[in-house]
Amino acid sequence: MLDDADDSRRNFLKCMAWAGTGALFAFNGGIGSSIGLDSAIAAPLRRVSAAPFTFVQVSDSHIGFNKAPNADARATFREAIAKVKALPDRPDFIIHTGDVSQLSRDDEFDDAEQIIGEAGLPVFFVPGEHDMLDPENGKAFLKRFGKHSRGDGWYSFDHRGVHFVALVNVADLKPGGMGNLGAEQLKWLRADLAGRSSSTPIVVFAHIPLWTVYADWGWGTDDAAQALKLLARFGSVTVLNGHIHQITQKVEGRIAFHTARSTAFPQPAPGTAPGPGPLKVPPEQLHNMLGITDATFVRGSERIALIDSTLA
Amino acid sequence: MTRNVRILSLQAATLVAAGLMMSTVAAMTRATPAPAAAAVSIENFTFKNPVVTVKVGTTVTWTNADDIPHTVVSKTGLFKSKVLDTRDRFSFTFAKAGQFGYFCSLHPHMTGTVVVKA
Repeated sequence: MLDDADDSRRNFLKCMAWAGTGALFAFNGGIGSSIGLDSAIAAPLRRVSAAPFTFVQVSDSHIGFNKAPNADARATFREAIAKVKALPDRPDFIIHTGDVSQLSRDDEFDDAEQIIGEAGLPVFFVPGEHDMLDPENGKAFLKRFGKHSRGDGWYSFDHRGVHFVALVNVADLKPGGMGNLGAEQLKWLRADLAGRSSSTPIVVFAHIPLWTVYADWGWGTDDAAQALKLLARFGSVTVLNGHIHQITQKVEGRIAFHTARSTAFPQPAPGTAPGPGPLKVPPEQLHNMLGITDATFVRGSERIALIDSTLA
Repeated sequence: MTRNVRILSLQAATLVAAGLMMSTVAAMTRATPAPAAAAVSIENFTFKNPVVTVKVGTTVTWTNADDIPHTVVSKTGLFKSKVLDTRDRFSFTFAKAGQFGYFCSLHPHMTGTVVVKA
């Protein structure tokens, strides 16, 4: 384990030139770990226990975005998916944590679907606020990417002993508020988790962070505490979000929080700009700012490594 | 004599012209009672002037100056814009006095109020 940890540290430092395309998550005996895609390509995951598996998170592809600093969000998304395809350890699936499109247009959803399909893997989506802009407030997204979901697009599934929960916190937002799950979804979540053993590893994914990263910019979810309360009894909970186009992380009790980078454009760190609009980096820097992941979580004596990758 | 006549006719012409201008102005005033308008710019994920005070009948126009889409949605359902991409505009005419709160339904921390006075 020590060697693994040292390797992780070395990889982490090696990848300090941030930016990536997606996070690669590996499960070994229920302990989640995550390393960046470039690292995964360089050094296949060690198989320290039986039947580990990996999955990839991509986020905020904003297909249709075409302004500074990225004139073609389709191209950078395609580069991200090419990275996924190049992984030596084929992931079991991809999750997309929302803002698939820029304006919920059919052609944007078409292209996103086609590009992500090039990976040849199952994909699990949740909507971001940019995916709710059709005249029927999200129906276009659900029709295409949420066929088996409930309500505004929430669902859960099990994969090799891990329970995955997809939540929607971008529907029916309240004036002056932030992200919102709503009573109906929370009721469903309670029922969904009720019969499960506390030893079941849980992965929750949603678009807006489920903890307050920066209230002034609305980077949080008003009723997240009610969801986290339901999750508190589980021994291993990993919460994956997007929305803020940069990596942040936090560990609270047995819950590890992580946000992914965008594949389209970076946003400023909290409070470092007049607003959270796109960070207009020079073209030569853009590819170093896209993608996600990063860092090393410590939970008890177990380590969850998250190292990120880059489109550069 | 000739000179006086010329001056008189000049004066007459001036009077006629002035009369015409006055009647034109009066006609314009009757046709379009001074259109009352106010503008709100959306910048950096904020409504730049979050409280605007206007008279009844004023048309308020919001313009999105951000690179990210926004909406303008009344808290009470009185008005609701389509999604406003960069440089898109939305206008609403306030026919009654009162306080009208609104927000961006994508970024609900963005809020504003139109105060309409009789």
